[in-house]
Amino acid sequence: MNERISPFSPPTPWSVRTKRTARQAAMKSWLEGMVYLVPSLLLFGVFLFYPLGRTMYLSVFHTDYQGQPTEFAGLAHFVALLQDASFWHSLKATILFAVLTVPTTVVISFGLALLVHERRKGMGIFRTIFASTMGMSVGVASVIWMFMYNPAIGIINRLLSAIGGSPVSWLLDPDTALYAVAAATIWMNIGLTFLLLLAGLQNIDPSLYESARITGMSYWRQLWTVTVPLLSPTLFFVTTVSLIQALQTFGQIDFLTKGGPVEATNVFVYAIYREAFVNYQFGSASAQAIVLFLIIALVTFLQFRFAERKVHYQ
Amino acid sequence: MRTARATAHYVLLCLCSVVILFPVAYALLMSLMDGAAILSGRLWPENWTLVNYEAAFQQAPLGRYLWNSFFVAFMITLGRLIVSSLAAFAFVFLRFPGRDRWFYICIATMLVPWEATVIPNFLTIQALGWTNRYVGLIVPFWAMAFGIFLLRQQFKQIPHELYEEAQLSGIGNFRFFCRVVLPLSKTSLVTLAVYSFLDAWNMYLWPLLVTNDDRVRTVQIGLKQLQTQEIASSWGVVMAAAVIAMLPTLLLLFAGQKQLRKGLMQGAIQ
Repeated sequence: MNERISPFSPPTPWSVRTKRTARQAAMKSWLEGMVYLVPSLLLFGVFLFYPLGRTMYLSVFHTDYQGQPTEFAGLAHFVALLQDASFWHSLKATILFAVLTVPTTVVISFGLALLVHERRKGMGIFRTIFASTMGMSVGVASVIWMFMYNPAIGIINRLLSAIGGSPVSWLLDPDTALYAVAAATIWMNIGLTFLLLLAGLQNIDPSLYESARITGMSYWRQLWTVTVPLLSPTLFFVTTVSLIQALQTFGQIDFLTKGGPVEATNVFVYAIYREAFVNYQFGSASAQAIVLFLIIALVTFLQFRFAERKVHYQ
Repeated sequence: MRTARATAHYVLLCLCSVVILFPVAYALLMSLMDGAAILSGRLWPENWTLVNYEAAFQQAPLGRYLWNSFFVAFMITLGRLIVSSLAAFAFVFLRFPGRDRWFYICIATMLVPWEATVIPNFLTIQALGWTNRYVGLIVPFWAMAFGIFLLRQQFKQIPHELYEEAQLSGIGNFRFFCRVVLPLSKTSLVTLAVYSFLDAWNMYLWPLLVTNDDRVRTVQIGLKQLQTQEIASSWGVVMAAAVIAMLPTLLLLFAGQKQLRKGLMQGAIQ
């Protein structure tokens, strides 16, 4: 309170004074709260919200090779994208890649999690082994699989010829390349998916299994009537996370196929990368990035909604 | 019957382990053979040799790449822990106008894929003169909605009475944060740290864009370099480099696996 109260002026009414202190206290608490939030907000602002806005802005402009907007393009980039066969091709490759990797990863990881979620000796070792691919970075996994796929000396063709098959150029054949990259990706992603599903399994109340056993339920019926329903939030979460990850695939593609052969593996993010940083078409690349943003935002939003509903029902 | 089931179970577990471990074992075996043996298609080395490892360190600055990856991943992890825990603390313990609105804004960032912002971010880093510098590889990744979310879930488990007591005895917010909140949240902090480190070590697109100098390149880009330069006869060298590059993250994963399993679900499901 910095106002001077002179004996002659009428005393400030209490209500005004408390309002003022309240406002000051609110101001103080606001300032203190913001001090804790500023690092996050500033970083989100500079490296997330500003660039997202800027991407939207660039998507309606023609740009020079330094990424500076030169001329308003309106929706020209988007119209061109919709008419571009290679955009549709890239969208198709991305969806096919997701379809190939996501369900397979989840099913395999779920199977592995069920296998180690038993009370027997030595499960710790198997848990560690199954989780180990999470420690494989994209570069490590890619160079190993690239060697395994090597048409002349790689193990896969060696095994193939041992059983009488003819060699396949896995990564150079447009018919097999995407499948080959998908197989490597599934292997890479099993570790994390497995860990999350195992954690979900361990959260299920063991007494539920007890009662299922007392009623004489078979293992498979128990799996379908107890485990799967109770694990469904985790399964759903893991599936959406894998889906989002699949839509953002880049590293393995750059290592293994560079989007080829004949664009067979030119998935979305790789197409954006090429358009922006190889062809310097920042405007059109931004338009593609916006499409990616809309797709991923939709998937994430649906996941939030679903998870929320799950919580309310319980 | 019971032993038959147990045996079948173990056989299945071993089969799965062989499949999962095969690529790693294969890389390890190849890295210990000389070029001729690899070309001849052997699977088991006849003469064990470390020449590929020597070559990997001589032909490429592998040590430098590893150090760069380590430093960048460490700094990203540290920054994330600090930035996320500060924000999570404010969201759980402090009351101030607009708090919930800011929280929703932080959560909304989960909707934005990093790739949708990568073009302007690249231009920003260029404008700041941060290309080919550690700072450009590190700072953009400090804020992370998942980290804030995970720690918020953890902080919420701390009894609010502790906070009220601290307030009454005149302990400031920051001291309460450092002395009480952080020590009580060790598990979640370790989870976030392990996850962040693995994530940062795995980063590929961003270092590819903002570095073209061996002094700051990470090991992922180093592997790419090595793979592009090597001809077929030096696959052993590439495999040796891959084996070395997987060691730090594998060790970290073995050490932190349990924490990760317990901690990640907390942020994910609750």
